[in-house]
Amino acid sequence: MNEFTLIFRNDQNPDVKFSPEQMQGVLQQWRDWMGGIAAQNKLANPGNRLGWDAKTVRPNNVVTDGPYAEIKEMISGFIVVKADTLDEATEIAKGCPVLKMNGSVEVRSIIPTNM
Amino acid sequence: MQNDKQLIPHLFRTEYSKITAVLCKLFGIAHIELAEDIASDTFMQATETWGLKGLPENPTAWLYTVSKNKAKDYLKRNTLFTQKITRAIQNDQNEWYELEVDLSSKNINDSQLQMMFAICHPCISAEAQIGLSLRILCGFGIEEIADAFLTNKETINKRLFRAKEKLRTEEVKIEFPKIKEISKRLDAVLITLYLLFNEGYYSLSKNTILRKDLCLEAMRLNYLLVANPNTNLPPVNALLALMCFHASRFEARTDQHGEPVLYDDQDVNLWNQELIAKGEFYLNEAASGNSLSKYHLEAAIAYWHTKKNNTPEKWESILQLYNKLLIIEYSPMAALNRTYALARARDKADAIIEAEKLNLSGNHLYFSLLGYLYTGANNIKALENYRIALKIAKSDADKASIKKQLERILANK
Repeated sequence: MNEFTLIFRNDQNPDVKFSPEQMQGVLQQWRDWMGGIAAQNKLANPGNRLGWDAKTVRPNNVVTDGPYAEIKEMISGFIVVKADTLDEATEIAKGCPVLKMNGSVEVRSIIPTNM
Repeated sequence: MQNDKQLIPHLFRTEYSKITAVLCKLFGIAHIELAEDIASDTFMQATETWGLKGLPENPTAWLYTVSKNKAKDYLKRNTLFTQKITRAIQNDQNEWYELEVDLSSKNINDSQLQMMFAICHPCISAEAQIGLSLRILCGFGIEEIADAFLTNKETINKRLFRAKEKLRTEEVKIEFPKIKEISKRLDAVLITLYLLFNEGYYSLSKNTILRKDLCLEAMRLNYLLVANPNTNLPPVNALLALMCFHASRFEARTDQHGEPVLYDDQDVNLWNQELIAKGEFYLNEAASGNSLSKYHLEAAIAYWHTKKNNTPEKWESILQLYNKLLIIEYSPMAALNRTYALARARDKADAIIEAEKLNLSGNHLYFSLLGYLYTGANNIKALENYRIALKIAKSDADKASIKKQLERILANK
């Protein structure tokens, strides 16, 4: 089994506020999706959600607010899944709730590092 | 006197474990067999003497006095051994003192707790840990242990011998772990108690009394941990809560012939409300701190199973708990139960899609689950799956319960 990272991106607009019921619904979709992956014994790491606050550091100590300005879609989180092939990992990604929010999932193979 | 037949084996079991723990603590793990021998000799003498003269007024005190004397006699006869272990016990103390066998309840509890940590040492396998726990901490006979594991006495004897040998060569100390190390060492202890309880709860052995005793012993040992301030930690309480909730259904889960009664068919009046209340108490106690162990999640799932009413809230909660449990630790059982909960919380069609991804086609419970999910919507497929389940199920109890489901569908046709 190989491991792949699923990177979630969506247009994060801090001004859009969900009602508690909507929030509950979104959370439920994520929990069901991740529970379903874990039930297949294919969840290697539940990863993390990423917050809104961001800064980017560039050479010569140039620090700007926010992530890369030219990328409209911000990374909102990631998980790591176990799969034999990139295609299988992509199949898992197709169920991701971020897609219903007009976001996208980037599927990347992981190269183990021995440091 | 009419209760002697029940009293004596029970007394032997509990007192054997106490005497062995205290003596072993005194002599060190290398002499575990000596501790066992002295305890066994004591009971041999008790059986002979009591058989002739009847029970003494205070059987426990009698046992303690005799075992103390036997230990002292042994030490007198074996001065070499005595010098060796007293030197080890004395450490820096200058004065030689007579070895005192302390059978006070405090020392018994302390010794048993320390033995628990010694036995649940990562150097021996989980199976051996459970076997040794049953023998040393619970006082079960070799035959009973063999019965619980569905194997023979020779296998158990060999397993226990190898485990003791290993504890000896690894020089495992019988002591309380340092405060910093407790939570790490506790993990292994809790796994053993969890498996010990499950051995009783899910064992295929037909001996229902023995199985219940196994569960009660796991609960007693777990309670020892809760009663000690240093080990009274959230996961320990969560595990005890889990055991209380499960144990509350003891009377309801088998019929008068010892056959299993499925959860949905159980008589709620037979559920033990006192144990359910205890489970709720320990689950509340477990809620402190910020670690969420798998015992917390399993206890919470078991809590919801003590509610017979199938409210949407019940199954949604169970589903989300299984989601979390699987994210912490995968197991085929949790995967199957999660899919069942999904069917109850949402609908069977959703659950079928998820079930087909599980890749558990070697497991009869997987086909039973599919059988259940197809029942009603597609009875032909339901029968097909139940028949596969019947073919690969191994135990008679499992086969009987699958047959019951098959008959239910055929009767409704």
